[in-house]
Amino acid sequence: MRANTWAGRNKVEVRDVPDPKILNSRDAIVRITSTAICGSDLHLVDGYVPTMQDGDVMGHEFMGEVIEVGSGVPGDKLRVGDRVVVPFPIACGACAACAAELYSCCENTNPNAGIAEKMFGHPVAGIFGYSHLTGGFAGGQAQYARVPFADVGPLKIESDLTDEQVLFLSDILPTGYMGADMCDIQPSDVVAVWGAGPVGQFAMDSARLLGAAKVIAIDKEPYRLRMAEQAGHTPVNFDDVDVRSTLLELTGGRGPDKCIDAVGLEATHGSAHIAAYDRVKQAVRAETDRPHALRQAILSCRSGGVVSVIGVYGGLLDKFPAGAWMNRSLTLRTGQCHVQRYMKPLLQRIERGELDPARIITHTLPLDEAERGFDIFKNKQDNCEKVVLKP
Amino acid sequence: MDLTATTTIRKPASEVYAFWRDLRNLPAFMAHLEQVRTTGDRTSHWVAAAPFGKDVEWDAEIIDETPAEKVAWRSTGDADVPNAGTVQFVPAPDGVSTEVYVSLVYEIPGGAVGKAVAKYFGEEPHQQLDDDLRRLKQVLETGEVVRSDGAPWGKRARKEFPQRPAQPLSDAELEKGADA
Ligand SMILES: NC(=O)c1ccc[n+]([C@@H]2O[C@H](COP(=O)([O-])OP(=O)(O)OC[C@H]3O[C@@H](n4cnc5c(N)ncnc54)[C@H](O)[C@@H]3O)[C@@H](O)[C@H]2O)c1
Ligand SMILES: [Zn+2]
Ligand SMILES: [Zn+2]
Repeated sequence: MRANTWAGRNKVEVRDVPDPKILNSRDAIVRITSTAICGSDLHLVDGYVPTMQDGDVMGHEFMGEVIEVGSGVPGDKLRVGDRVVVPFPIACGACAACAAELYSCCENTNPNAGIAEKMFGHPVAGIFGYSHLTGGFAGGQAQYARVPFADVGPLKIESDLTDEQVLFLSDILPTGYMGADMCDIQPSDVVAVWGAGPVGQFAMDSARLLGAAKVIAIDKEPYRLRMAEQAGHTPVNFDDVDVRSTLLELTGGRGPDKCIDAVGLEATHGSAHIAAYDRVKQAVRAETDRPHALRQAILSCRSGGVVSVIGVYGGLLDKFPAGAWMNRSLTLRTGQCHVQRYMKPLLQRIERGELDPARIITHTLPLDEAERGFDIFKNKQDNCEKVVLKP
Repeated sequence: MDLTATTTIRKPASEVYAFWRDLRNLPAFMAHLEQVRTTGDRTSHWVAAAPFGKDVEWDAEIIDETPAEKVAWRSTGDADVPNAGTVQFVPAPDGVSTEVYVSLVYEIPGGAVGKAVAKYFGEEPHQQLDDDLRRLKQVLETGEVVRSDGAPWGKRARKEFPQRPAQPLSDAELEKGADA
């Protein structure tokens, strides 16, 4: 089959690889009809997540048709012919983490738990196409994928919604929603979201859906801020204005009640010397993550507020504003998304027309053009917000 | 060499105990074991896998057991690598799970066998036992050892990184299996 693979730092390549086969009895094989490129894929390609290998099949946002199921998948759960969206964390459904609905922390699905444990203290779940640290599972930017624990994760789509309307249930819609969910939003809340990428856009939509009084979008890409503004959110361009003082102005001096970091470890900084400081530290590996958005969120949030982090961090960071966090009673919440927890209720919200995930798609390309897709998404060319690939 | 490791398994102690007490199950998750055969009520014959040194076999006997709580055993006769082990099962505070505490003792001899055993355990000997217990947990909680494209061979996937790329296996690779 054709598959988009990691080919070293800053390089992806669509290659011919073997078709996937059933390896465990609860596996299914899915013929992929739509798959997407995620901001997390950029972290992998840019080389900030260790343990990628040449030839790794990328991609963790995909959906399609079940063409084969293992002997351990009960027929009332999944059958050949079912149309499914596949959540990016692989979860067993039986461990204590799964029982607590902490699916991205599943204790059983990462065969490389030993490596993850050394890095993170405790292991994390397996994830499709997302380094060997999270299991070494082939991803979904491909014609077919093997889906372990197919009786637990995949969500059946039985209505006639298009792929474009449901594909993002695999990751970024639940992720954005979890970002807002962790904020425990009250009707009087002003919510500020750092990053107007796909994840940020869905965090903003979710914050409004959960009742926020005002939602502020922070980014530097005018077209992404325009997209947020068209969806009803208030744009702030950090290249043009000082973010903290603008947020004070927009909130009567209080600061946002809830702050969401939808940027992660490759944040850029309006102030050149601070950006350079972190870039150098990152380059010499004295710090692995560039935490500008996170620092700013913590400093901007009103006392007693919540800082909800869905942007991905991989390792260590420098100059964490622990004083602001501690002295002003802030709550930090975070996690890789527990997608399985949110898929069904969010599907219902899509069916009821409360969310329109397709609004962020700017590019649809054949899988064979994945390399170009990565390029325009990464470099913000051609007003690119989200790329969907068709195998 | 003394090794200890522990894990928590979301199954009742009686079930975890029963699985372990049937010693024939041990090779399903313990990387260094090829086969364990029961030869009597409390006696058994153990065969170690190749990386542990070729042709390492020994007899063992259960020296202590309390259903749902404890099993202890030791090698008998003139085993190449005299060894003993204890596993205890303790109900976890959540009221559902079982804490499993394992301790193993190996008397590592000189010569080729000793070298092979030392090499097998490497610089972080406890890592092997930690991984064994992770697989025990997988088997009891999910039914089998979980495989990925990067680490497709279950307990044989001993090399952590680099491993094979995370891309589906070819028919030839599948046929050759773990020893390729
Ligand atoms: N927690 C999860 O489960 C999960 C799931 C999916 C993605 N993510 C992560 O979410 C993050 C965003 O993903 P995406 O697909 O939207 O990526 P993206 O790269 O398209 O978006 C990031 C946006 O942040 C902006 N940005 C950079 N520096 C900034 C700063 N200092 N302040 C404000 N904005 C800044 C960029 O201009 C860009 O528009 C990534 O870190 C990704 O890995 C997390
Ligand atoms: Zn993603
Ligand atoms: Zn689990």
